[in-house]
Amino acid sequence: MRSFVRRGAAPLVAGLVLALAACSQGSATRTEEPAAGKSTVRYMNFSANDGHEKDLDAIKAAFEKANPDITVQIETLPYADYFTKLQTAVAGGTAGDAFELNYENFVTYTANGSLAELPGVDAAPYKPSLLDAFKADGKQYGLPASFSNVVLFYNKDHFTAAGVAAPTASWTWADEQAAAAKLTDKAKGVWGDYQPISFFEFYKTLAQSGGEFLAPDKKSATFNSDAGRKAAQFLVSKAGRTMPTEAQGAGTPDFDSKLFKDGKLAMWHSGIWMFSGLADATFDWDVVVEPGDTTKASAMFTNGAVVSAASKNKEAAQKWVTFLTSSDEMVQTRLSTSWELPPVADTGKVSSYLTAGKPANRQAVFDSLDATVLPPVIERQQEMQDAVTKELSAAAAGRKDVPTALADAQKAVDALLK
Amino acid sequence: MKRRNAGWVLFFLAPSAIPLLLFTAVPMVSSAWVSLHRWNLISPMEWVGLDNYTHLLSDPATRDVFLHTLIYCAGYLPLVFAGGLGLALLLNQRLPARAFFRAAYFLPVVTSWVVVALVWKWLLNPTSGLVNSLLGALGAPQPGWWTDPTWALPAVILASAWKDLGFVMVIMLAGLQAIAQDILEAARTDGAGAWQRFWRVTLPLLSPSTFFVVVISLINGFQVFDQVYVMTAGGPSGASQVVVGQIYDLTFRYGRAGEASALSWILFAVILVITALQVRGQRRWVHYA
Repeated sequence: MRSFVRRGAAPLVAGLVLALAACSQGSATRTEEPAAGKSTVRYMNFSANDGHEKDLDAIKAAFEKANPDITVQIETLPYADYFTKLQTAVAGGTAGDAFELNYENFVTYTANGSLAELPGVDAAPYKPSLLDAFKADGKQYGLPASFSNVVLFYNKDHFTAAGVAAPTASWTWADEQAAAAKLTDKAKGVWGDYQPISFFEFYKTLAQSGGEFLAPDKKSATFNSDAGRKAAQFLVSKAGRTMPTEAQGAGTPDFDSKLFKDGKLAMWHSGIWMFSGLADATFDWDVVVEPGDTTKASAMFTNGAVVSAASKNKEAAQKWVTFLTSSDEMVQTRLSTSWELPPVADTGKVSSYLTAGKPANRQAVFDSLDATVLPPVIERQQEMQDAVTKELSAAAAGRKDVPTALADAQKAVDALLK
Repeated sequence: MKRRNAGWVLFFLAPSAIPLLLFTAVPMVSSAWVSLHRWNLISPMEWVGLDNYTHLLSDPATRDVFLHTLIYCAGYLPLVFAGGLGLALLLNQRLPARAFFRAAYFLPVVTSWVVVALVWKWLLNPTSGLVNSLLGALGAPQPGWWTDPTWALPAVILASAWKDLGFVMVIMLAGLQAIAQDILEAARTDGAGAWQRFWRVTLPLLSPSTFFVVVISLINGFQVFDQVYVMTAGGPSGASQVVVGQIYDLTFRYGRAGEASALSWILFAVILVITALQVRGQRRWVHYA
């Protein structure tokens, strides 16, 4: 049996890492030989995946035109595989000269010393809060490349048909729940609401109900509180009532975007990076600032571009990430293609975004920025995210009650902070 | 052996010895070394002695993944064995197009696991899959399969047994054909019925093949990974996470290569003990004709 030979080595996967390290000149990721006097910068990213590859290529072309002595080689990977691949590539010495990191993973990578400090950064073009997000110990280790947030998408046709008033920026959880109940029509396969039951939705709803995820010293978790239970209950109570359950497919990749695109979903908590994918939707849809509970809090995500500490072309790599994160060409490309927003300080530069097409209420994207919450970040980030999501899904499937699930999640996160 | 021949022996051994050394022996020794360290694959390794082992042995997650792996083996082995033996008995008869059927049942064995797992994932899709459509038409309950924690492992077991049926069938067919016809003839002359001949003659004489199949299937069963990774990725909520899946996640998701290496060695020890017990126990039930 052929696979027997292969699987015979499977327990030694970890040992093979050394072999991977030995393949540091692996052909699949080898840098092409640059012509004389030219240098090549390899850049790995996930945010161009699935629809924005051409847009990143346009920025690259503009950069190469302005810097004829540098060639940029782009590798775009799906988000789901990106951090696994990146970690292996960094360990094996095959990572790009520059690569994209989200804010959540930035701390992990500065802590393990794989990022190069960026000297002499001109702070002027950037939104100061975003630039600060990519600092560690007062030094700049990355540049913000984009930011995005989450809003409430809604299918206007469903609201009209059911005679329910469309969501407004002043909606609270209670308004959302009431509308979702009225809009759910299981016989027709139509669901009122969709909000993933995950770490990412939890820390946000926790902020909306006035809770804190971590203690100020970041040495212990504090979400197992009244606010935390309320937030978890809000999420969990949707499953099976106004939102499909895990057993019905919720949580699998693209499940929710497909449901919304098929016109089977009335309200959907999702990111503004979905705008361009919905351009050809056959129904009328719009967005609004997400409902809050005791307070408003919108999730804000930011991705940055960093230079690898192992790069032999640090100077050229920094030129590329600087162009990628601050040039006018980048701003134009991001706005005209409804990609994630450019991290620029000058708000006048982004005004064209408001009139760039569907959805009509693009102002909600900026209104959401009035009250934002960033993901809690620790060194063992991925484990924390998985642990919280796992406990919440157990509660959603009815395998645990909410208080037990939250207590267990807090215990798991506390163990990661030791 | 004459000394001047030694060079030639090494020369002819080299084509298999060098890859074995490079891709089996070296990784094994280095994973043992890594298992004594804390290592996130990137920063320098930090010596922790046996901490990884003691931590893993007291971690409930380790118990869970071994339990899931045992459930997998307990479901997979009887299915694949009974199915493979049944097919072998059937295809040992003089049937029309016998060669075609033998090849057809063996085809999944040589097919890539990723392809098979994706096909099964589609077949077992809770809302739009073929299996649930059929069950629905029959008025039977439609399980959530890989989306439901209770049904995720059974879904993986079903796909695995289906894929490996052909492998068991081929081994059993070879075993059946090695049984001398005169023994069966003698049993018939003595008045043994078809059932008695199967139970008292064929099955005991098949025991060397059975032994081989059980040993190999259990070793493979404990190392189950590909189909779990593609079909459920260990979910939902870790309900189908198996030992090798945990080793993968620890290394490549969480950057805990030291613990992953330690878990590899724990798995190695478990498989070694189980196989040793089987080899020792075979004297009692394996009959070499």
